[in-house]
Amino acid sequence: MNAHGIAHKYGDHVDTDVIIPARYLNTQSHQELASHCMEDIDKEFINKVHDGDIMVAGLNFGCGSSREHAPIAIKAAGVSCVIAKNFARIFYRNAINIGLAILECPAASEGIDAGDEVSVDFDTGIITNVTKNETYQAEPFPPFIKDMIAKGGLMASLKAREARA
Amino acid sequence: MGMTMTQKILAAHAGLPEVRAGQLIQARLDLVLGNDITTPVAINEFEAAGFDKVFDKSRIALVMDHFAPNKDIKAATQCKQCRTFARKFDIDHYYDVGAMGIEHALLPEKGLVAPGEAVIGADSHTCTYGALGAFSTGVGSTDMGAAMAAGETWFKVPSAIKVNLTGKLRPYVSGKDVILTLIGMIGVDGARYQSLEFTGPGVASLSIYDRLTICNMAIEAGGKNGIFPVDDVTRAYVAERVDRPWTAYEADADAEYERTVEIDLSSVDCTVAYPHLPENAHSAREGKDIAIDQIVIGSCTNGQLADMAAAAEILKGRHLAKGVRGIVIPATEHVYRECMHLGYTDIFLDAGCIVSTPTCGPCLGGYMGILAEGERCVSTTNRNFVGRMGHVKSEVYLASPAVAAASGIAGHIAHPEEI
Repeated sequence: MNAHGIAHKYGDHVDTDVIIPARYLNTQSHQELASHCMEDIDKEFINKVHDGDIMVAGLNFGCGSSREHAPIAIKAAGVSCVIAKNFARIFYRNAINIGLAILECPAASEGIDAGDEVSVDFDTGIITNVTKNETYQAEPFPPFIKDMIAKGGLMASLKAREARA
Repeated sequence: MGMTMTQKILAAHAGLPEVRAGQLIQARLDLVLGNDITTPVAINEFEAAGFDKVFDKSRIALVMDHFAPNKDIKAATQCKQCRTFARKFDIDHYYDVGAMGIEHALLPEKGLVAPGEAVIGADSHTCTYGALGAFSTGVGSTDMGAAMAAGETWFKVPSAIKVNLTGKLRPYVSGKDVILTLIGMIGVDGARYQSLEFTGPGVASLSIYDRLTICNMAIEAGGKNGIFPVDDVTRAYVAERVDRPWTAYEADADAEYERTVEIDLSSVDCTVAYPHLPENAHSAREGKDIAIDQIVIGSCTNGQLADMAAAAEILKGRHLAKGVRGIVIPATEHVYRECMHLGYTDIFLDAGCIVSTPTCGPCLGGYMGILAEGERCVSTTNRNFVGRMGHVKSEVYLASPAVAAASGIAGHIAHPEEI
């Protein structure tokens, strides 16, 4: 499992209200949510993002509201992976539950600039900055999370357990 | 090494003699909560996974509060989806317009949370119920959907920060000022993934409403939960509302904490969090140059009767400054009715405010008080992020009901003593 794309860079404490403003939470349409992703801090994001691109941020990414619409909007916008120094806990849980890849890596967060070409190897946790010819080692997923993702996310793993019971 | 209060509740719900910080556990849940924004996504997940029953129809609470009374057709459609689901599974605790309230004010009031219980809710402010000595935390919609089916969920056992409270609050100073002060000290990620365990001789002097406000904003420090010990104040509140047996858990004397934060309540002053992070704490005495356009008094953070009383005390016999709009939102139907009986509604109306039916409305920029470009609001809500209450160039200043009321009268950020 790998990701490869252009980096879109943001700062610390990117909250879920700016990822997807609450005024759009009257819909569950993934594409409609995606069309407003990040618009309050980066109006151009949705026009410049391409399938597979990578979002890079600082500390405490996804803080604030528990809205699952936030990782849904990012994923539906085409982002293949979010790399940050660390994540707010509800966002972290939600991203895994809906199958949005996220990695904690302070070195990558500092080293990668907007527009850099980046590739990620999820098995090894190695992040490569193709533009700058640098590599960074991310914390790979803990085994528990890896197992849940392998089963297809939270709901699928729950169904698998129910089937066994 | 002993366990924290949170760890003890989690151990009991996981059926384990003990748990340690960092351990992954599967825990039984006493209540699963959702609202009109998060529940539709949970229902979609629940149905897509093919579940055809809920784990316990008496342990699910669905509250239509965010965009209800329906603000537009899409919001109406989401509420309808929740209503249909509630009817299909005969959910006992479904709260709709006419019987609802803002979820985190409503659930304690209805006795749906008791000390020692474990609660998850698809709303980040679910951490409010720690005020009652329960473990409660916010999750997303998929977690909620799975929990409605399974009645349990996974947790990583949190480590904890001990917040040692001493002294007593001064007049006009409230739980909101305590939590804004704490977030100012430790930052918006200061308790990331951790429990905030409040303890110490200062606890006894804090009302249950101060505690609810404090725990409500644990998430604003990144916390997994906030929690208070169970004492006479808790017992008195719970006795009137809960008739099932419950358990009071205490932290072990040798419980392990990552660190201890000391707060002398007598040194806390009225505090305002400036845009655009709740950690930007300033004294309410510094805000004379900050002219405002609106005040909002309400929300899951400060919409209880005690909050209405604090606002009414300041607004009584006074009027909002020219050009300031005042929006008062009692958090539940009960609070709304009590405001009427106690004369608070007249005080608010005489002061030039409007009094709304319960709704989250303006707190998250939904409706009922959206800000235009360049406008400023002193609000008793919980977040002041970019665009939270409207235009990306509007500003939200977080404060207590007393400070919001005083600021409305002054026309700028003001300390109640200045009125």
